[in-house]
Amino acid sequence: MENPAQILGNTAGGVIGFSWLMIALPLVGAAILLIGGRRTNKWGHLLGVAMSLGAFVVAVLALVQLLGLDPEQRRQAVHLYEFIPGMVDMGLLVDQLSISFALLITGVGSLIHIYSIGYMSHDPERRRFFAYLNLFVAAMLLLVLADNYVGLFIGWEGVGLASYLLIGFWYFKPSAAVAAKKAFIVNRVGDFGLLVGMFVMWTTFGTLSFAGLGDATIEQNGTVTAIGLLLLLGACGKSAQLPLQSWLLDAMEGPTPVSALIHAATMVTAGVYLVVRSGAFFFPLGSTAALVAGIVGTATLLAGAIIGCAKDDIKKGLAGSTMSQIGYMMLGAAFGPVGYAFAIGHLITHGFFKADMFLGAGSVMHAMNDEVDMRKYGGLFSKMKVTAITFIIGYLAIIGFPLLSGYFTKDGIIETAIEHNPVMGWLAVAGAGLTGFYMSRMIFMTFFGKARWDKDAHPHESPAVMTVPLIILSIGAIGLGAFLVLGGRLYQWLAPAVGGARDFVPAFHPFSVPGLSTLALVAVGVVIAWFKYGKAEVPVTAPRGSFLTTFARRDLYGDALNESLFMRPGQWLTRLAVFFDNRGIDGLVNGLAATIGGSSGRLRRVQTGFARTYALSILFGAALLTGALLLVGNL
Amino acid sequence: MTTEYLVLSAILFVIGAVGVLIRRNAIVVFMCVELMLNACNLAFVTFARQWGNLDGQIIAFFVMVVAAAEVVIGLAIIVTIFRTRRSASVDDANLLKY
Repeated sequence: MENPAQILGNTAGGVIGFSWLMIALPLVGAAILLIGGRRTNKWGHLLGVAMSLGAFVVAVLALVQLLGLDPEQRRQAVHLYEFIPGMVDMGLLVDQLSISFALLITGVGSLIHIYSIGYMSHDPERRRFFAYLNLFVAAMLLLVLADNYVGLFIGWEGVGLASYLLIGFWYFKPSAAVAAKKAFIVNRVGDFGLLVGMFVMWTTFGTLSFAGLGDATIEQNGTVTAIGLLLLLGACGKSAQLPLQSWLLDAMEGPTPVSALIHAATMVTAGVYLVVRSGAFFFPLGSTAALVAGIVGTATLLAGAIIGCAKDDIKKGLAGSTMSQIGYMMLGAAFGPVGYAFAIGHLITHGFFKADMFLGAGSVMHAMNDEVDMRKYGGLFSKMKVTAITFIIGYLAIIGFPLLSGYFTKDGIIETAIEHNPVMGWLAVAGAGLTGFYMSRMIFMTFFGKARWDKDAHPHESPAVMTVPLIILSIGAIGLGAFLVLGGRLYQWLAPAVGGARDFVPAFHPFSVPGLSTLALVAVGVVIAWFKYGKAEVPVTAPRGSFLTTFARRDLYGDALNESLFMRPGQWLTRLAVFFDNRGIDGLVNGLAATIGGSSGRLRRVQTGFARTYALSILFGAALLTGALLLVGNL
Repeated sequence: MTTEYLVLSAILFVIGAVGVLIRRNAIVVFMCVELMLNACNLAFVTFARQWGNLDGQIIAFFVMVVAAAEVVIGLAIIVTIFRTRRSASVDDANLLKY
């Protein structure tokens, strides 16, 4: 295997030398909007969009420059400054992997910025919203462009902060404030893993840069596996993988563009990026850490799909689906360079079709007075054609309808998984069937069937500023998969960055047994959904449902588990600590003070005010002193 | 000789001490204090004579000077107290207490 981290000498020139602008532009935008305050209200959103678009332009120019280079040279280091002397040199690494992410982040991010102009037009705090979005874009770009784990970690925390601020954007709603805190705290658990992983990495290899690790000889032993598992814990937190998945569904309290940008298209995929970027070092094919990543991915893709089957809240349904799709990516990332390429491919196409569907859901909510309950939708197709058609394109892409994006990338992951680990692979096939069911359920309940609207709902199509991004995203949802996967284009592009062999084309078998069974299962799922939610009437109030339905509705009892395992014992612990503090420490301190106060109160009675008493005590004292002196003298 | 002087000094000291403890009149108490001081002076002078050097004699002078100063201050205080409280009893001046 080639060394994936071989940096080719000198600092890059041309546009790539200015790739720090990608981070700086949105950061400056956020700073202006936050410091400028209300004065920037009038044009704040335009500045936000301009900064995001500017970053996108830089990313495109950098891509053009990379494409002009020899494939072996497409790994450009941009040294910025010495961050921690002797330990961390801050620099950017512009290679095939990071530029793919940068394009996704700035491209989809800019579309979502534009969409938000319309979506947030009635919100008096729209400027603050754009400031946070810009902050997010800057942090996310730092995460993917940094050439070392410390820079990555700073971006990692930055996106966590932006996510917190945006989930709690409507902080006056208690549910949003709680969801924001929950996301932050659950992510802390993952960040702890990432941090400790970095500590161990530093003590073991003495370097935290990707280039340094590339030069180091890494044997797969216990320490390396531990680092891998710790990094995986971090990835699980950020990417809402089991067992740290519980925050993502609550994160839907934020404005819908946030759900689309951060909690579907970009930030939640940071975990996959971390695994792929560290892949050659800590997750090589066949290692324990990679196996665990595969197990986590498989479990999450099924859990997310099951949750998605029972949610009536359109955004929570999509959130379950996001969990599930990231599960697929994590599964792909467990299987070496070929798996990485498919995972990244699915990540990119998912970024398009999921953002498309989330923004479509936002458009529907916009039309329905912010109603999110799908049982109160129905028959919306004729009222909002553009939204409906783009949403359906996203839907066809995610269920893997032949020739659309999801078909190619998801199928690639499943094929790779079956090749290396049939159990995981066939479970992923089952997950695809579930995807077919829950996504069809969503489509039938929202756009078809009888209208079950509230009396004061007057659905209408959204303005062009919202529908144009939908159209662009749906074009990506149609064609991107074929473009990336056919002929192994994405694989050959990414191979030098992730350590794959370049003269290799991953096989694509559309008519293989797994491929056909996936299609068959998806078809079965769609048909079941049609009978249950298309043909039959959907009741406006949710039926109680079986044990399984409740199980899925309650997020597989994830919250209950967290509550009984961590929250309650934590509360007991704090109560015990409070008790100990009140009774033990306060008791000791107060008791000591009371003892001293009491005894001094008694002692002061000695001060009688009678001069003769004092004279007597002086006499006794003198006598005592004399006696003592005599005694000592005699000794 | 020395023993007799010292015995006298001790007797004077004890008389003074008992006087300080049992008498109430501030003037008498004061006189008793002077008696104790002079008992000490006697002891100093005795020892100076015994050992044939002047240290004790000098200390005695110091004690006298200090006693004189003390008498000036002390009597002034006693007179002031008597003016305000119409009493020279040390037991009546007992406000400075717990």
